[in-house]
Amino acid sequence: MENRITSLFQETEDKVMSVYFTAGFPELNDTMEILTNLQDQGVGLVEIGIPFSDPLADGETIQQSSEVALSNGMTLKFLFKQLKDVRSTIKIPLILMGYLNPIMQYGVEQFCKDCKEVGIDGVILPDLPLAEYVADYKALFDSYGICNVCLITPQTSEERIRLIDEHSSGFIYVVSSASTTGSKLDTSGQEGYFKRIEAMNLKNPLMIGFGILDHETFTNATKHANGAIIGSEFIRVVKEEGSSLAEKIERFANKIKVTI
Amino acid sequence: MKFQVDENGYYGQFGGAYIPEMLYPNVEELKNAYVGVIESEAFQKEFMHLLKDYAGRPSPLFHAQRLSEKYGAKIYLKREDLNHTGAHKINNTIGQILMAEHLGKKRIIAETGAGQHGVATATVCALKGLECIVYMGEIDIERQAPNVERMRLLGAEVRPAKSGSRTLKDATNEAIRDWISNPTDTFYIIGSVVGPHPYPDMVARFQSVISKEIKSQMLEKEGTENPSMLIACVGGGSNAAGTFYHYLDDESVKLIAVEAAGLGIDSGESAATSVLGRPGIIHGSKTLLMQTEDGQIVEPYSISAGLDYPGVGPLHAHLAETGRAEFASVTDQEALDAVYELCKLEGIIPALESAHALAQLKKMTFKGDEVVVVCLSGRGDKDLATYIKHKK
Repeated sequence: MENRITSLFQETEDKVMSVYFTAGFPELNDTMEILTNLQDQGVGLVEIGIPFSDPLADGETIQQSSEVALSNGMTLKFLFKQLKDVRSTIKIPLILMGYLNPIMQYGVEQFCKDCKEVGIDGVILPDLPLAEYVADYKALFDSYGICNVCLITPQTSEERIRLIDEHSSGFIYVVSSASTTGSKLDTSGQEGYFKRIEAMNLKNPLMIGFGILDHETFTNATKHANGAIIGSEFIRVVKEEGSSLAEKIERFANKIKVTI
Repeated sequence: MKFQVDENGYYGQFGGAYIPEMLYPNVEELKNAYVGVIESEAFQKEFMHLLKDYAGRPSPLFHAQRLSEKYGAKIYLKREDLNHTGAHKINNTIGQILMAEHLGKKRIIAETGAGQHGVATATVCALKGLECIVYMGEIDIERQAPNVERMRLLGAEVRPAKSGSRTLKDATNEAIRDWISNPTDTFYIIGSVVGPHPYPDMVARFQSVISKEIKSQMLEKEGTENPSMLIACVGGGSNAAGTFYHYLDDESVKLIAVEAAGLGIDSGESAATSVLGRPGIIHGSKTLLMQTEDGQIVEPYSISAGLDYPGVGPLHAHLAETGRAEFASVTDQEALDAVYELCKLEGIIPALESAHALAQLKKMTFKGDEVVVVCLSGRGDKDLATYIKHKK
């Protein structure tokens, strides 16, 4: 089955800018407006964050946005409602990113069904370990045509990267350095790592994330990858007071992109 | 051995290692090493030496005569309160600091709620000359000031956890985030039988010295290794895991795990996870978990900071599900009553956590010939302000 993520990387030569935002932040019903503006600004791929009370892999910015989103009343059930007609206007690939527990409680099969129904192309679940994914989830995800994007880090062994590549689909999320989300990337320090991964010629495209926050970090990171993911910096921008979401998102995109 | 962890890190359906890839190399290193290290002669020699000469083990098994008369059973107290630093926590931190040394780690991190595990970690770090950072919820730092000062005196840095509800679960989140950011030189000393595999099993093994001693002390005093029943309190569940460990497979010994009911199980202010929880994932482990319908982890409540945890170790989730252990719960007030009673009857001021196990005695009917061992997991010095405040 055709998947929008797979098609995106097959069709584009450009570096892909991917943006993460927390659903329900800053306001409960901002989801569609944020998606529309990101698409208008030429963002290639969007990760919609399912807020969780205990986001272990996230730094302060995303933690706080999750807290606000939850207190605004965001739930996974409500998010699917918001996304019901998303495919009538949004054509770019969409990924849901979140922690496993809310999805377990929702019911994994129901989650897959609803993803397929509204047009979600993939998931990123940082606390779903590879072994559990392969044993208990992969067949289900595959049957609904949902890509599972796995993470690798500077500490991941070559052998394990090969294994992760074998079982991932969509792309590989290359975590830029040993940190939680939101701390600035030292691109020169990590170039050796990015080159090493690039040289492995994996079957999946590479997207670098964690610490990408401006034109410089984006450009440097994407020298050795298909694109890069910006999360915390986007949250910081939409949080700013005083202008409309459309204005803020335009300003953000201009800050990052050159020739997207 | 159906109550031991399996090769994938599960107790029945509970356990596992639900961790982000960033932690994989660290957890894998520990998983591959821990059994071999613990079972090595060198480790056992050093571990037993420190338990004896530093922590003060074996802890006495004390026949509490006046308590026994009152309840009509032969009641023994396993005196973990007499250990160095005042609780069973030191058994685990001695074990884990030796593990950290063995793996060549230079920097130690820990989480703490009331501060008991933080103090026990700071203590062993001082002993071994290792850097120590303890994460503690901002609210707990305020309400447990003496333990914060103790940790600082021992050379530890106490870092406030400012996220979420700013208590134990958030301190644990912060410690895990620190671990993610320091993936090579740092060892995380978890304070209970929680977290990703192999932590629950490793901590249970270190705490199992409690039941190993109970067996030989019972043999000496009663001519049999087996009491009729064992009673211990459960927050994460490390003292209970240690108390039950060597009896798990012998079903003639009844196991009673006592959770904190807080203001009452149905009050909305409780920490009785086995009743209020559903299977879910917290801190890298699949276990029973207090959560909303939407899968958000809820903040529990108990007067006892050590029992104030929204999950329970996966071993205990399995014991609850299989019925091997009976799970009971005790309210704040019942625990306080048990504190004052033990003070008067036996001249022992117990910790609030341990008082939950003691309070269970009042709820039971004894025939008269039972031998009951209650784990007195800690001493009450840290709770003095609470005891003074609530005294009638």
